[in-house]
Amino acid sequence: MLAKLPVGDAVEASIDFLTDNFRFIFRGVSSVFEIFLNGLEGLLLLIPAFIFIIAISALAFKLAGKPVAIFTLAGLFLVYNLELWEPAMSTLAMVLSATFVSIIFGVPLGILSAKKEKFRRIIMPILDFMQTMPAFVYLIPAISFFGMGKVPGLFATVIFAIPPSIRLTSLGIQQVPEDLVEAADAFGSTSMQKLTKVQIPLAMKTIMAGINQTIMLSLSMVVISAMIGAGGLGREVWMGIQRLWIGTAFEGGLAVVILAMVLDKLTQSVSK
Amino acid sequence: MVKIRFEDVVKIFGNNPKTALEMLKQGKNKDEILEKTKHVIGVNKASFEVNEGEIFVVMGLSGSGKSTLIRCINRLIDVTSGSIFIDGEDITKMNKEELTALRRKKMGMVFQKFALLPNRTIQENVQYGLEIQGVDIETQIKKAREALDLVGLKGWYDSYPHELSGGMQQRVGLARALAVEPDILLMDEAFSALDPLIRKEMQDELLDLQNKMNKTIIFITHDLDEALKIGDRIALMKDGEIVQIGTPEDILNNPNNDYVARFVEDVDVSKVLTAEDIMIKPVTIDYKKDGCRVGLRKMEKEGVSNLFVIDRSRKLIGYVVADDLSELVKKGESNIEPAIQKEIPTVSPDTKLTNIFHLIAESRVPVAVVDEDNTLKGIIIRGSVISGLVRGGGEDVS
Repeated sequence: MLAKLPVGDAVEASIDFLTDNFRFIFRGVSSVFEIFLNGLEGLLLLIPAFIFIIAISALAFKLAGKPVAIFTLAGLFLVYNLELWEPAMSTLAMVLSATFVSIIFGVPLGILSAKKEKFRRIIMPILDFMQTMPAFVYLIPAISFFGMGKVPGLFATVIFAIPPSIRLTSLGIQQVPEDLVEAADAFGSTSMQKLTKVQIPLAMKTIMAGINQTIMLSLSMVVISAMIGAGGLGREVWMGIQRLWIGTAFEGGLAVVILAMVLDKLTQSVSK
Repeated sequence: MVKIRFEDVVKIFGNNPKTALEMLKQGKNKDEILEKTKHVIGVNKASFEVNEGEIFVVMGLSGSGKSTLIRCINRLIDVTSGSIFIDGEDITKMNKEELTALRRKKMGMVFQKFALLPNRTIQENVQYGLEIQGVDIETQIKKAREALDLVGLKGWYDSYPHELSGGMQQRVGLARALAVEPDILLMDEAFSALDPLIRKEMQDELLDLQNKMNKTIIFITHDLDEALKIGDRIALMKDGEIVQIGTPEDILNNPNNDYVARFVEDVDVSKVLTAEDIMIKPVTIDYKKDGCRVGLRKMEKEGVSNLFVIDRSRKLIGYVVADDLSELVKKGESNIEPAIQKEIPTVSPDTKLTNIFHLIAESRVPVAVVDEDNTLKGIIIRGSVISGLVRGGGEDVS
C-alpha cells in the first residue's frame, strides 16, 4: 500500500509559515483595506437612499433604456422597503472593492498573459484551479492571514472573482487583428502606444465582458464571505439559514438578486 | 542613387535556424532543409538594390517569401543573416530606438487588408503616425487632411472605416502612410483585396501620385499584370529566392528560366508590349537622293509594294506606292516628290500595343513609329503585330 501523500500537511505548513513570518504585512494590508471598505460603505450610506435610487435609475435610463430603468427603480425601492438598504450598501461596497482590486491586478495580468506565451501557459491552469476549487476553501487561509471580518471576505472574493478579468483581457488582446498590430508597429509605435492606442481600445468590449463576469462572481461570494463576518446582505441570508428563518433568508437572497441584475444590466450596456 | 540595398539576406523560420543556415550555405534546397530540420526558408540569399524614386515590384506566388521580404525592410521580421542598407545604414544592426525612429520618419506601410482602426475616424486613422511621434494636434490635423485630399477623400474626414468601400478604405491606408512624409513606401499586396476595376483605378492613381511625389516604392503583388503595369523594375521570387530582376520588358522577352517563362506565358502581352517591341525595319527611300527607278528596284528587291520616304537625317516625310512610281516613270519623271503621300498614321515608340490595334485595322498602309523629332524608327505591319503577340517580343531593328 502506498502511504497517503501529505498534501494537506504541506499546504497547512506553508499557510502557517506565511502567517507566522509575514503577519505584519497581512495586518498592514488588512487595516488599509478595512479603512477603505468602511470608507466606501460610509460614503454610499451618506447619500440619501431616495437620491441614490433615482440617480442609479437615471443612469440606467441613459445607458440601457426605459425597461431597465423601471426595473432598477422598482427593484432598489423594494430593497429599501424591506429595510435592507444598509446591508445592501455594505455588500455593494464589498463588490465594488473586489471588482476594483480585480481590475487593478486582473487587467495587467491579462495583458501580460496575452503578450507572453510562457506566462500564459503558467497562469491559465492556476486560473482553472482558482475557479474550480470550492470557494469555501479560501475562507480558511483568508482567516489565518487577516482574521475575521470584511478584509478576509474581500480576499476570498477577489481570489474567486478575478479569473474572468484576466482571461477575457488576455483573450481580447489576443483577438486584436494581427494586421492592426503590425500596422501599429510599422509606424513606429512603442509597446505602450500600441497597447493604449490600438490593443486596449479594440479589446475593450471583451475586457468589459470579463469585468461584468467578475462583478457577478463577486456577488455570488457575498453569502459565503458572510460566514467569516463580512456582513452585508450575506449576513441576512446566513442568519436566516442558521436559524431557519426562511423569510429573512429569502428577503436577503432577493436583494442580492436585484443588486446582481442591476449591476449586470449597467455593466453590460457600458461594454456595448 | 541607391536607396535600399539587400546583401545576402536570409530569413529562416524556426527555433534554431543555425543548422538550417549551415545547410543553406552547403547549397541544400528549401525542401531538403524543411524535411531535415523542420525549418522554413522564408528568404533565401536575396541581394538587390532599389534606386531612389523607383517603383520596385516584388512578385511571386503565395509562399514565395515576398511578404517576408518586405517585412525585413522595416524589421517587422528580423533577418537571420545578411544586411539591409537604407541610405547606407545597416538597419539590421539598429537598436530599438534607432529602429523606432527609422519606422517613424523614413517609411510608411500600406497593408493588404487596409488595417484601419475601426474605432477611429478616417482622419484620426491618418493622424496615427504623427500622433505617436508627438506632433502637435494642429499639425496632425493639417497634414492628415492634406494627405486625404491628395488621395481624393476630401470631406470624408469624420467618417468611419466601415462606412467606406474597399477602394476608399485603401486610399485611407495610403493617406496614412503618406501623412508621415516618408521617403519609402512599403506596399504589401496593397490592391489585391480590391475589385478588378477599382484595382486598375488605384494603380493608375498610384502612378499619378508617384509622378508628383517621387517616393521609393516597394510593391508586393502576386499579379503579374499589376507588376508589369506599375513596376519600373520587377523582382520575381520563388521559394524564397529571387529568380530574376529586370524591367517588365526584360522579364517578358528574356525570361531567364522555365519558372519565369511559365509565369509570363499567360500575360496579356498587348498591355505590356510597346510599338518599339514589335516594329520592324522599314524599307526607305531618300527623296533628295533617290529617283523613281531606284525606288522601284528597291521594292522589287525587298518584295514590298511601298516605301517610306525620309530625308537625309531619317526624318519621316511620307510614303510612296509602286503604282504611283511606275506612272511617273512612264511620264519620264525621275523625281519621286509628286508621288509622296503625307497622310500617314504614326505612333511614338512607347505606345502600348493595345492602343495600336485600331490604327492597324483602319489603315491600308503600315503604321510608322517615330520619335519626338519625327525620326523614323521602324514600322508596324499587321503581320508584325501578330508575330509580336505570338513570340511576346519584337525583332531587332537596328
